[in-house]
This record gives sequence, C-alpha cells and structure tokens, in this order.
Amino acid sequence: MNFKTFAAFVGPSVFMMLLFIAFPLASVLKQSFYVTQPIYDTVEVETCSPGFPDQICVTEQKSVPQLDEDGKIVEITTFVGLQSYRNVLELERAWNAVKTDGLMALQSIDFWKALRFTLTFTLITLPLVLGFGLGIALMINNASLAIKGPVIFISLLPFIITPVIGALSINWLFRGDGILTALIEWYLQRDVSMFAQAWTIEVLIMLYRVWHVAPFAAIVFYAGLQTVNSDALESAVIDGASRWQRMKYVVIPHLTPLIIFISMIHLMDAYRVFEEIVGFSSQGYVISLQWLTYDFLVPDQAGNRSISRASASAMLTMIGIAALLVPLLRRTWQDHKGDH
Amino acid sequence: MFKKLALAGALSVMATGAWAECAYENTTPLKSLSAGFEAWKAVTDAMAECGNFQASLDQDFREKQPEAFAAKPALYQIGGVANSTMVPLLNAGTIRPLDDLVAKYGQHLKPNQLIKVDGKTYAIAMMVNLQHLMYREDILNDLGIAVPTTYAEMLDAAAKIKEAGVVEYPIGATFKTGWNLGEEFINNYLGEGGAFFAEGNMPNINNEKGVAALEVMKALTEFMDPEYLVSDSTYVQQQFQQGKIAMANLWASRAAAMNDEAESQVVGKVVMAAAPMGSERPASSLWWDGVVFATNMTDEEAEAAFQVAMEGMDTEMVKANNDAAVWLIDGFNAGPLAKGAYETAQKGTAPYPGSGPMGIMHTVLGNGISDYLNGAKDAATTLADIEAAYITAAKESGLVQ
Repeated sequence: MNFKTFAAFVGPSVFMMLLFIAFPLASVLKQSFYVTQPIYDTVEVETCSPGFPDQICVTEQKSVPQLDEDGKIVEITTFVGLQSYRNVLELERAWNAVKTDGLMALQSIDFWKALRFTLTFTLITLPLVLGFGLGIALMINNASLAIKGPVIFISLLPFIITPVIGALSINWLFRGDGILTALIEWYLQRDVSMFAQAWTIEVLIMLYRVWHVAPFAAIVFYAGLQTVNSDALESAVIDGASRWQRMKYVVIPHLTPLIIFISMIHLMDAYRVFEEIVGFSSQGYVISLQWLTYDFLVPDQAGNRSISRASASAMLTMIGIAALLVPLLRRTWQDHKGDH
Repeated sequence: MFKKLALAGALSVMATGAWAECAYENTTPLKSLSAGFEAWKAVTDAMAECGNFQASLDQDFREKQPEAFAAKPALYQIGGVANSTMVPLLNAGTIRPLDDLVAKYGQHLKPNQLIKVDGKTYAIAMMVNLQHLMYREDILNDLGIAVPTTYAEMLDAAAKIKEAGVVEYPIGATFKTGWNLGEEFINNYLGEGGAFFAEGNMPNINNEKGVAALEVMKALTEFMDPEYLVSDSTYVQQQFQQGKIAMANLWASRAAAMNDEAESQVVGKVVMAAAPMGSERPASSLWWDGVVFATNMTDEEAEAAFQVAMEGMDTEMVKANNDAAVWLIDGFNAGPLAKGAYETAQKGTAPYPGSGPMGIMHTVLGNGISDYLNGAKDAATTLADIEAAYITAAKESGLVQ
C-alpha cells in the first residue's frame, strides 16, 4: 500500500481521535494549571423573604460578581501552576497525618481515602473477574450443544444490564429490610444493616462489579478455548495428565495473551469505578477517585463548581491508570520482542 | 344526546383539572423550567390552561437554569427557584426586576410573596417549605409522653419509646450524605444562633455552636436505623408510612403523604408540630419556592409571562391543591397538615441564608459530617477539616482571597 492510500484510510480516524480524545485531554491538562474566577465586589444587600407573620428582611455584606457592558460576568483566568494538584493531593496535611497517627490517618483526607478504596477495589476484583470468567467459559465450553445457546445468553445477562441500574437494583435488594438482607437476617438470626459500615458496602460493591464484568471475561476466554490445540490436549491425556494438569500446563499458557488483555481492560475500567458509588449512595463511607472528580465538577445550588480541581483530579486518575498498566505493557512488549 | 354531552363536559373538566379554565387566551409562546415536585406540577398545569405554554419539570433544573437564562434570547421565560437557586441567576443579572409588572398585574399579591433584593422585587414566592417535627400521636399518648419541644425532650421520648419496644428505631431523619446531611447541620447551627461566615467570606463554624449542633446530630443517631447515611426524605417518609419510626423532623411538603391511603399504614396517626427549639431559634430553616422571569426577553413577552404565571398561582389553583404545599397564595386553608410549618415559622425560624459562599459551605458540610457521625473524627477536627475544605473551594471560585 502506498503512503497516499494509507493516509486516506487512516486520516479520518486520526482526525476523529485528535478531535475527540487528544484535544479534550489537552484542554483538561491546561485547565488543571489555570483557575478561572469572577471578580467579586463586596456590597451591602438587603434581602426580604417570606416570614410569619411579616416578611423577614436581612441586611448583609454579600459578594456580588462584576458584570461587563453586555451583562456578562467578568471572569479572569490566572496561571496557578500546580496549586490545583496540591489542593487535591493535600500532601502536607497527608504527611502530618501519617507522621502523627500512622497510615490509617490518611483515611481522613478525601483523595487518599478515594485512592485507598480505588486500589483495593481494582486489585481485589481483578483475580476474581479472571477466575470467575474462566470458570464460566469452561462451563459453557463443557455444556452440551443443546443447551449451549441458553447458557451463553444467561451468563451474558449481567453484562448487558446498565451499570447504574444494576447497582441500584442490588442496593434495593439489601437496603433497610430489603429481600436479601431479610434473608441474611433470617439465616443468621440477628439484625443486619448492610449500609451502616464501610466494609459491607465495599464487599457489596466488589461483588456487584465481579457479577457485572465476569461474563465479558467469560466470553473472551470462551473464544480462546475454541482454539486450544486438541492434539496437545489428547497427548496430555495419553501421558496421564489430570484435568487440573491439563488446565495448568496446556490451557492456561494458551490463554495467557487473553488473560493479559482482560487484565488491562479491567484495570482501566475498575480504576474509574463510579457507578457503584452513586448506585449504592456510599459517599458517607466509601468514595472513589472518579467520584471525587465528579463531585468537584457538580455545581452546588449557588452555581459554584471546582473545574480546576476536577481537571487536576482527572489527570491524576489518568496517571494512576498508566502506572497500573506499566507491568502488563512491559510484559506484552517483552513477549512481542521474543516473537521476533 | 343530553347524556353524551354531559359526559363530555364532565370529561373535559377532569382533563383540565378541577379548577376553572384560564381567564384569557395566551398568544405568546412561553416556556418554564423548574423543579418537579407536586406543587410545581399543580402551578404549571394551571399556567398551561392559558395556552401556548410548555413546562419543563426537571430535578436537574439548577444545573440548566444559569446557562439557559444567560442565552440571548433566554431559552425559558419563566423559572422556578428557591432561596439558594436564585443566587446564580441574580448574580449573573439574568432575571429581571418585577416592580412594574407587580404594579400592573400583581396587585392581589401579598407582601409576603414579594422576594426583594435591595428594595426591588426579583421573584414571586408561591409556597414555603421547612423541616418540622412529625410524630405518631398514638404512640406518644399511649406512653404518656408530652410532645417534644427541644432535642433533649425528643431524645427522652425516644428512649422511652425504645424501652417500651413500640418501634425499634424511634427517630427518623434525612441524614443522607450530601445535601440532606448538610441541611440538617445548617438547621441545628441556625437553631443555636450561629453565623456561618466572618469578614471576607471566611468560615465561622468551628466553635461551641458548631460542636453543639454536631453533638445533637450524633445523639439522635443512637435512636435511628443504623443506615441513616443513606436516608433521604423519601426514605424517612416511607419509614413513617410503614410504622417503623415514631418521630422525625421532616419537610412540610411530605406531610400530605402520611395520610395517603394508598401508601400509608398510619393514616391520621401522624401529627405535625413545631421543629425542636435550639438555644435561640427552632432547629430549622425557612425555604421559599417561587417564580422568576428572564432578563433576556422582550417586554411584551415579559408581560405575557407574568400574566400566565399569575393565572397559575391563583386562588383556584390553591383550592384545588390545598394539601400539596404550604401555600403563600390567597385562599390557602391552613389545615392540620400545615400546623407544624406555621408554628415553626412563628417561633422565629431563620430563612435559609442562600448565597454564593453558602452554596460551597452546604456542599462541604454535606461531605464532611459523616466522618464525625461514624466516629472517624472528633467534632473539633471535623469542623476544622470542613472549614479547610471550604477555604480551598472558596479560593478556587474567588470568594475568598
């Protein structure tokens, strides 16, 4: 293929990637170094609102933004360097907390609290997703042809459900005296409150994610299982290999590239955990990095939002994902080099 | 034939609601954007009868309003706001003063309905809402407990109810992390007579009053369902309806639900009373809901919009929806359901102090208090951390230098 044809094919998608990925990313990066704010004047304002029996009037000093001739709020943008990152990370406070009260004290600072949960969540769900995914794939693979279709369909169901809806449904099953909480209470013969402490919520969130994502891993593994060399398996049987040994020495090595692929996808996804926090309304106990970014971005009732900190937090999330992917990428790179 | 006509007539009355038709035909196309609760539905339905009117009832209205009203021309002519959601519109100058229109078409409005900023009317209030005590009269009577008027009495009552084993969790409260929890602290802090800000928008909550407000909240949680950090207004309402709690400081707008035969198992048993007194004022804050009108529209449109709004907020609408809210509009018959709201207001409840800094304060309170309630931090540390979070956010938005 000559360069011209190649460029004509690739051009549109390069353009789209620049427009929809590179440009927004650059814009977020820029915003994380700048702060945009209105110029406020302090004026004395009397506000009257309903009261009983008479109206209540309050006179206060209020900050009122300056407007230009067009009636728009005057905003100034200033370069603040790494200030927004410092505001998110609160390194000094974190360091003091660790020095006086040990690592657990980090839990009192939003970013570190979120990072702790995000990492735990990502690293605990990863082996579970791989394990259950492989299990389901083997189950589908071994199912007789007659029921294979329905089995695939049922095992894919959790993956089809919209994450927020799924999280909400699970929430309702366990909330208060929900059906499943009632069942646990009946079994344990004691009162159970799933949403009254952090660890039960964390367990629910992780179980939900594994339930939701394992089918994806399963379907990829199932595809991989179709290409396992049957000669190798037969020879292994003749050599007297047990089922487990066949699995360990023939099937798993064959699936390694897929395991790395799923691990990478899962790390990227899980590090951005968000729907579960909202669906389980767990903010009081458990927050994640992505939720923190969202919280900075949502305007309060008076219309303030922290765009600079949200940008900084988003960049930090990206850096975190990149750091997690490094070992896997290195391994793929080494395999790639080994092939040649 | 006559039967058919009568039936058709009856149907058309049903379709347009029980109140009379609009007094005139509106010819200017108008749109409104407001919150989506019952009272707004009633008011916008009544406005729609004048024709050429389209209402958006949207729970995310506050995120859309500032941009929509800043557009030229504005995307909505009429907006529904409350104490705090009026602030961004007022700051941006996208809502207009209404004094001329009030003089021309709003002579019947009560002085209480006119929301004034520096002497100019910027909004017309239609209702008030606040949190006040609701209690199970049957339970309190059976145990011979007087209606609590302070938090100390409420805690005593709760202890007795729990001891008697009538309900497992005597108290319910809107303690859901975020806006609800922030609002509870604000109520208590106002009740203690606290001021949220010092000179230059600096925070001022880390003091005895702040600690007192927090301690009351923690004491209450002893008598609540342990899942209180996910408990919002709807959840507390359901706890009442299912007979699981005996007392709660709940929004006046939820009062009617207690007697909803379709949902409630405690019809007629829940009675309304004033919010518990803090050291200075009732532990509550007074909210109003009302309409504002966009700056970016022609004066003719403004006249049409104002007239339609007045039709929507008239006496007939109130008569048809008496229990949907504590209306400020003429014709409201304050029944037993509104008793709690009135008594709380008459005891000198402070209005919710909506402002730019207060928006940030509410958010950081809502996010920060759970650490104290679940025992991760003590009261002083919690308040100091909340103040620090406030300062960071306020500096970013330029409110604190």
